[in-house]
Amino acid sequence: MNETNLYTVSIYTENNIGLLNRISAIFQRRHINIESINSSVSEIENVSKWTIVVKLSEERMKKVIGQIEKQVEVIKAYYHTEEETIYQESCLFKIKSHLLFDEPQIQNIIKESNARIVTVNRDFFVIEKSGRKEELELLHRELSVFGIMQFTRSGRIAVTKDEMKISKMLEAFQH
Amino acid sequence: MKDTETLNKEEKTTTTTMRISGSEAIIRCLIAEGVDILYGYPGGAIMPVYDELYKFRDQIHHVLTRHEQGATHAAQGYARISGKVGVAIATSGPGATNLITGIADAQIDSTPMVCITGQVASHLLGSDAFQETDIIGISTPVTKWNHQISKASQIPEVIAKAFYLARSGRPGPVLIDITKDAQFEEFDFSYEKCKGVRSYNPVPKTDIDDVKAAALLINSAKKPFIVWGQGVILSEAEKELIAVIEKAGIPSAWTILGASAVPTAHPLNVGMVGMHGNYAPNVLTNDCDVLIAIGMRFDDRVTGKLESYATQAKIIHFEIDPSEIDKNVKTDVSVLGDAKESLSQLLPLLKPNSHTEWHQKFKDLYAIEYEKVIKDDLYPTKEGLTMGEVLKEINIQTKGNAAIVSDVGQHQMIACRYAEFTTTRSNITSGGLGTMGFALPAAIGAKMSAPERDVVAIIGDGGYQMTIQELGTIFQQKVPVKIVVLNNEFLGMVRQWQQLFFEKRYASTEMTNPDFVAIAKGYYIDAQKVTKREDLKKAVAEMMACEGPYFLEVRVEKEGNVFPMIPTGASVSDIRLE
Repeated sequence: MNETNLYTVSIYTENNIGLLNRISAIFQRRHINIESINSSVSEIENVSKWTIVVKLSEERMKKVIGQIEKQVEVIKAYYHTEEETIYQESCLFKIKSHLLFDEPQIQNIIKESNARIVTVNRDFFVIEKSGRKEELELLHRELSVFGIMQFTRSGRIAVTKDEMKISKMLEAFQH
Repeated sequence: MKDTETLNKEEKTTTTTMRISGSEAIIRCLIAEGVDILYGYPGGAIMPVYDELYKFRDQIHHVLTRHEQGATHAAQGYARISGKVGVAIATSGPGATNLITGIADAQIDSTPMVCITGQVASHLLGSDAFQETDIIGISTPVTKWNHQISKASQIPEVIAKAFYLARSGRPGPVLIDITKDAQFEEFDFSYEKCKGVRSYNPVPKTDIDDVKAAALLINSAKKPFIVWGQGVILSEAEKELIAVIEKAGIPSAWTILGASAVPTAHPLNVGMVGMHGNYAPNVLTNDCDVLIAIGMRFDDRVTGKLESYATQAKIIHFEIDPSEIDKNVKTDVSVLGDAKESLSQLLPLLKPNSHTEWHQKFKDLYAIEYEKVIKDDLYPTKEGLTMGEVLKEINIQTKGNAAIVSDVGQHQMIACRYAEFTTTRSNITSGGLGTMGFALPAAIGAKMSAPERDVVAIIGDGGYQMTIQELGTIFQQKVPVKIVVLNNEFLGMVRQWQQLFFEKRYASTEMTNPDFVAIAKGYYIDAQKVTKREDLKKAVAEMMACEGPYFLEVRVEKEGNVFPMIPTGASVSDIRLE
């Protein structure tokens, strides 16, 4: 029962200042570390969608979802297992330009990993890679041998395989 | 001159569009929401609002408390006795942070309250300006909702939403922070009450199939047991609850905040559950076959050790807040919705029953508790006065019609155990947060909200000194509350734990107290002290007969303990009688 899993939490909310505090406090209060968090517009006008990745037991996950949904400006919150979602993360590598010529291996790595060169100038070039966390981590390992000037990775974004009936729910609220 | 004034006032109460300042709009919004009294403390960032309060002083009564915490507790007392939204107002910075304890108390006890704070001008936000504090950030975890207003035009909509959210569904505190420039700014004002918020579903619809499933379990139960909480009071479902209890013949107990929803004398009212509750309902929690929880949240002080809480029973939970379902205790049937509605649906489905044998078990265990605990509490033969006999005297002289406002600690447990109630909304206490200092200001709010009722505050010598300055408010406002301090010269509950679990190491629990009677008299409040049993009756009579406020100090035995008691981590059925 207390086995922990990685869950992707999707939260549909009003787009209001202060909601980040309110939602993150729910995790913080229970000493739950947020693995990643992303907030963006959703498929519905004026509705934000949050994608939060956390590791905990399903029993706790359910209770946390209850606490999130209880917030006045939260429309609906769901949690999903890895199998139930299609998800991606994205990352950027900044690397010294001379390495592109001194270490030809780098070009192969970029090609094989399906990464994309975003920009090149005299001093540095930037590689972008989207994919699953493991793919991003692999690329990071391969490139760190040559030295990375800067690295950053985004939070997870995800869509579910099942339909999300948020629009219908919002209509129902209004009647 | 007078005519012009009257004209102005009439004009000010209309709700058609008019060009006014943000601060005037705030007052007009409060009046439109039916606010007649509010509690607060002025300061720089809220001065424009106070200026309007002065102009509107014949329509809305502002009570100057002696500390902002007192304002929140007074607003809570006002709300708890009436069901109306309590309002507290304070300036920015320390004024705002002083509200936090009361807000947290209102959040955990589901009390409808709106707090309004002034904030530095919007161009200064984030600059560490004088008396600037991030009160939105600070109050977020302890409010149902909060919002900062930096433009006057936002005031009507946000205040309307604040009142709607505070009182609807499961009630709670809402904080509105208003920058000083928004208070000065003029705009075209009109007011419309909030009727709903898109993302918010205050009362989930009761599913009749759930009600039927509950009825099926209750009808087939041999040993059903009801535990009700404050949800019954908040939903005004007292009559419906009594009808259910009587029809199905179910012994029923209450949580501390559920007290008074059913009269104490009702034959099926079997007392309080929880750490210092009654013996029978705690022990028989682990004997019943169906436990019906109504508007309560299985707090740890109620359940004791969860792993051995009513594991033999089927659990039915009537609850308005979906996040409470299965939070602490797993349910077999949950019925979402407003208790008044769901109990109304349940009643016709119940089969009449009396459960005489089962009820007898409660009576038998009560007899044991009476012999071992209650008799000595209420009819002591030893020298020292007990807290229990003071409560008994108050019961007799008020005929159970008083509202009892208690603080936190031993006296609170004694007050809740022994106060006799005939009327709902009569037990006002800080349940969830356990806020010492709650009672004195809460009693002010309760009395002002229900002036026709006797309001008796029962306070320990520790908690009394946390908000003792509110005697100033009582004196200035001439609030005829009756204040009873049960003085044992100890922080009694902590001392009891030190005695039982820390080998009597009384670390920082002994109190060297001032002359409480002299302090009360310093505020021109009639006062006396009782140290002997034979003087108690007369002193309580004098207190109750007094037209104005009255202070009564009773010196009680120094090392009295509250029993029964479920030690932390023990099961409800392992409740100790000594």
